[in-house]
Amino acid sequence: MDDRIKKIKLTDRGVEFLRQVEEISGEAITVCEQCGTCSGGCPFVEEMDITPSQIMRKVMLGQEEVLHSRTMWICASCFTCTVRCPRKLDVSKVAEALRQIRLREAIDAIDISKLPKEEVDRMPTIALVSACRKLTG
Amino acid sequence: MKIGVYLCQCGGNISNTVDLEAIQKHIEGGDEIAVVRQESHLCSGAGQKAIIEDIGAFGLDRVVIASCSPQFHEKTFRGALSRAGLNPYMLEIANFREHCSWAHKDNPEAATIKATDLLDASVGKVRHNVPLEEKMMKLGDDVLVIGGGIAGIQTALDLADSGKNVTLVEKQPTIGGNMTILTKTFPTEDCASCILSPKMAEVQGHKRINLIVDGEIESIKGHRLHFEAKIKHKPRYISPEINMDECIGCAQCEEACPVSAPNHWEQGVVKRKAIFIPAPHAIPYKYIIDKEICLHDSEGCTACFDVCPQKAMVFDQEPEYSNVAVDAVVVATGYDIFDAREKPVFGYGEFENVVNGLEMERIVDHINEKNPPRDVGKRVAFIQCVGSRDEQVGREYCSRVCCMYSTKLASLLKQARPETDIYIFYTDLRAFGKGFEEYYKRAQKMGIKFIRGKPAEFKEDPKTKMVTVLVEDTLSRDIIEAEFDLVVLAAGLTPSKSTEKIAEQLKLAVSDDGFLKEAHPKYRPVDTLVEGVFLAGTVQGPKDIPDTVAQGSAAAGRVIATLAKGEFAVDPMLAFVHDDKCTACGECYEVCPVNAIAENSDGKAEIKETLCVGCGACLGACSEEAIDLNGFTNIQLYSAVEAALAGKKPGEKRALVFGDSNCTYRVADAAGVRKMKYANDNRVLMVPSSCRVTPNLVAFAFAKGADIVLIGDCPEKGNKFEWAHDFAKKYIEQAKQILADKGIETDRIIFDDFTASNLPKFVNTLNSISEQMKKLPNIDPGKRAELNPLEK
Amino acid sequence: MKRIPYYPGCTLKTSAKNLENSAIASAKALGIEMVEIPDWVCCGVVASLTSDDLMRHIAPVRNMLRVEQMCKRGEIEDSRLLTLCSMCFNTLQRSNFRMRENPEDLESINNIMYLEAGDYGGTTEVVHLLQILDEMGFEKITEKITNPLKGLKVASYYGCMLTRPKDIGIDTPENPTIMERFTEAIGSEPIDWQAHSLCCGSYHTVNNIEIVVKLAYEIIKNAKNHGAEAIITSCPLCAFNLDDRQKDIAEKYIDFEPMPVLYFTQLMAIALGLGEEVCGFDQNYTDPRPLLRKKGLLK
Repeated sequence: MDDRIKKIKLTDRGVEFLRQVEEISGEAITVCEQCGTCSGGCPFVEEMDITPSQIMRKVMLGQEEVLHSRTMWICASCFTCTVRCPRKLDVSKVAEALRQIRLREAIDAIDISKLPKEEVDRMPTIALVSACRKLTG
Repeated sequence: MKIGVYLCQCGGNISNTVDLEAIQKHIEGGDEIAVVRQESHLCSGAGQKAIIEDIGAFGLDRVVIASCSPQFHEKTFRGALSRAGLNPYMLEIANFREHCSWAHKDNPEAATIKATDLLDASVGKVRHNVPLEEKMMKLGDDVLVIGGGIAGIQTALDLADSGKNVTLVEKQPTIGGNMTILTKTFPTEDCASCILSPKMAEVQGHKRINLIVDGEIESIKGHRLHFEAKIKHKPRYISPEINMDECIGCAQCEEACPVSAPNHWEQGVVKRKAIFIPAPHAIPYKYIIDKEICLHDSEGCTACFDVCPQKAMVFDQEPEYSNVAVDAVVVATGYDIFDAREKPVFGYGEFENVVNGLEMERIVDHINEKNPPRDVGKRVAFIQCVGSRDEQVGREYCSRVCCMYSTKLASLLKQARPETDIYIFYTDLRAFGKGFEEYYKRAQKMGIKFIRGKPAEFKEDPKTKMVTVLVEDTLSRDIIEAEFDLVVLAAGLTPSKSTEKIAEQLKLAVSDDGFLKEAHPKYRPVDTLVEGVFLAGTVQGPKDIPDTVAQGSAAAGRVIATLAKGEFAVDPMLAFVHDDKCTACGECYEVCPVNAIAENSDGKAEIKETLCVGCGACLGACSEEAIDLNGFTNIQLYSAVEAALAGKKPGEKRALVFGDSNCTYRVADAAGVRKMKYANDNRVLMVPSSCRVTPNLVAFAFAKGADIVLIGDCPEKGNKFEWAHDFAKKYIEQAKQILADKGIETDRIIFDDFTASNLPKFVNTLNSISEQMKKLPNIDPGKRAELNPLEK
Repeated sequence: MKRIPYYPGCTLKTSAKNLENSAIASAKALGIEMVEIPDWVCCGVVASLTSDDLMRHIAPVRNMLRVEQMCKRGEIEDSRLLTLCSMCFNTLQRSNFRMRENPEDLESINNIMYLEAGDYGGTTEVVHLLQILDEMGFEKITEKITNPLKGLKVASYYGCMLTRPKDIGIDTPENPTIMERFTEAIGSEPIDWQAHSLCCGSYHTVNNIEIVVKLAYEIIKNAKNHGAEAIITSCPLCAFNLDDRQKDIAEKYIDFEPMPVLYFTQLMAIALGLGEEVCGFDQNYTDPRPLLRKKGLLK
């Protein structure tokens, strides 16, 4: 894995990506002041590869590579960030927008058929329904 | 009656579009018209000279000028009248330029017709003008300063040194305010009390300062440089005759007292007894009993009294009241620190080792004592932006001083306890002032670590009581989960609790962030929109000590400049009462929003001129039309309306617009200046405010030919008369009822607000009114006649 | 008997039948008849967080329309929709607010649902059972208690969906007290703890079980550290993650001790003296009966 630092460019495509995410999420991502409250309080941050506030920054800079990060799939929409952001940004909506951009390309994040039967049998309906809603297109 | 009419050509600006010849012919020979003249530039020396000479030659007793908008030369022409020996208020101006020749440049015929109507209206009005006297109010040297913190102290000293008589009212038992709670100050690390005490002593000793502690403003009335305040003197429960020369300072009372409570001047870090002296440098240096914890009333405890050699305690002392009349007021009621219990995630008030900034000031102040009341442990965290820059608690603003005060506390702590590991968690480090950046670097050099991240939540270890902080370092993208012995919340400044009450009492505007609003944020930072009331210090917004002291002196300077005139002219366009019409029904006493109407010794209504602001709201409440408004009397406006509509020909439609002088009339002017095109079937008459427009006046307008009546005002927010919209809407409802009773469409009466920042709204409104009128049926002349209130 | 429309949702008829049964029985004892709305569909969980996906609001709106239809037919007077499952509550309420703030969206949805009798007018109010009980006054529950749960220390677990986001929450997210007041009203002792709103892991239980195990372990440990003997919840997914997943937690953490997880309605039913028949304790993974018997609250 090439972990050397890569310089990034600011492009029109990047600006369009930002606009797309802002439109789907309905949030003004440029308002984010990068205070880090969302990351600090996120119960799932230790499973992520980049922090929620980092996602906000990368989206603002038009870095489409965030679509390949694990972070928005780990997000469980628990809304802890939503109720704490000092600028009243809804970070959970940004995560949803990023998931949707991928899912709308008909790329599912979960395949129910591959789950072990004993597990599926144990689960309450709500678990399967919500997982499919969130993680499939 | 001899009326002089002057038509200004305005160098062609008017005469190129409006046919002044025709208008001169129209007006010449009218009743009591003594002379009609056209001039190239009436505002010039020559123009004014012509008017002055005519006044002498023809014995004119009133003048009508058709020219540009009154906002430009009303003062000029009033001055000319004065120089001619005529009362300056025997003048009316018809707006031929902005409302006619410029607004309807493309339609000279219509412009001329409109101008004719406006001139007729002015002539109709001037017939009923009466001489008005500008009363001169003498200005004294008395000033009330509310709040005895550093801002109030600085203001009081500057004012007293310049010869003013200052009454300084402070609600706490000592002056000094929040600054007495601080340890050292940034960036010099000077001791706060050392700077403050000499000034406090000076205040106490100054012969021109009447210092009232334990004082609250019970009520305050007035405006326009004359205020009357009732001050409540809260009891200290110590005999007022005992001064500290007699009190031998034996402190036996304190020792004997059985109950303790947290000391406000120590932010609870240290306790004090029920009988106590607030702070070591309190001024006045005198005991006070805290009745809330004192056991005298509930258990008959007299422990302090028993041991006092002077028997100084008076347990049943009652509050006293005094009155003071002043010429100016300075509000310096300061700040309270944000109550961090509003952020439960930080555990303030619950976790043992979480404190706020002011508490830390006391902790650091005591840290070098042999047994400090509270120590700090090995690892300390400061958290910035608590209760500021946080929309979740409704405080979007930056509190300006917290970055620096945390840096200071960290620096002092590090010097006292070098082995402490100190972290400051910030979102943006604001070190903007003189010496601030250098101070910040020195702090960093000491090893204080500044981490860019705002913690999301804290946990308290139930056994060790250490606080675990969870925060992202946004610069390294590490998520830190670390334990601290002490966490300091750099809580922001919020307006003090007493500020809301004072703002209500003085009718002061409040900014969106809750602090008191200055008259203009850029060039009038210590004035308010209430004449004679000034602001100083953190009551206007968060700021540090140098800025507070600067504002204190600034407010004093503004007071001195304002009072230097010695006297000021009261606007004569205030309300008055026709005694013969007044039935003493008392309806108006309740109506006046500034309580300017009261019953006089004859039982009739009387206007208190020092309080009246000339809005005209009372007129609509008087069923007898006994209350009237100088400059805009009932008869003046009826005459103007009738004349403005008299030129309407059959088949034509007219909209009568009552435009308030602050906004709507000026917006109409601005539209004319920009030559914006709009319908010419409207006539704009000036009123001081929309609330002057009585239901009768509206009905009269319809009676005399109006098809639509538009009433315009400034928007509600920031309106000079904050009650105007409420009154206007009420009177309009009544007017609509009058129309409805006659089966006339009530949407012919329109109320809207206009501002100079939205000229298209004005233009579009008049255009759509013109369209609306074309669609509306004609009002039957018989019905119109029935609407006339003067025929009832 | 106060009649109120009731929305069960998918899980309450299957894995969470114990929640439904204990709720219906307790409500009845308190004078509330929960009338299941006819022809209901999936609530639409999880609430759509995008601004451009109107389709995901059809299901919730359809359910809320059912209430209006019932009222119109004169079958019921109360126009509120009672939910038990926190996730249903959250999803339905968020859609409801969205429709009220965006009438054009509601119009589009009504047009899509043209086969329905009538349009949704936005008059349904979505409520959670706890809100109904609070409105009634928790003291009224105390009056009807025959078997107060004295000595039982209970941790109220809110999870995410009841209090977040702020505009739909039944209480404040950082310092909620409604479940604690309920706990007191039924005679038990609410404990003060910190993980009351820490997410249980939600749908990660489907294919990211380690995440759920980690969070559930933390939640239960925090409850235990503050003296809790049982945890109550209102969400079948939280119940699964905190209760059923204790099997997986025990496999990973050797120091783990089981903790009964109940629905708040199950405790309410016991306190009202309705007996374990309506509680369905067999569906609880960690059997709460030994604890309840030990406290003398069960025969």
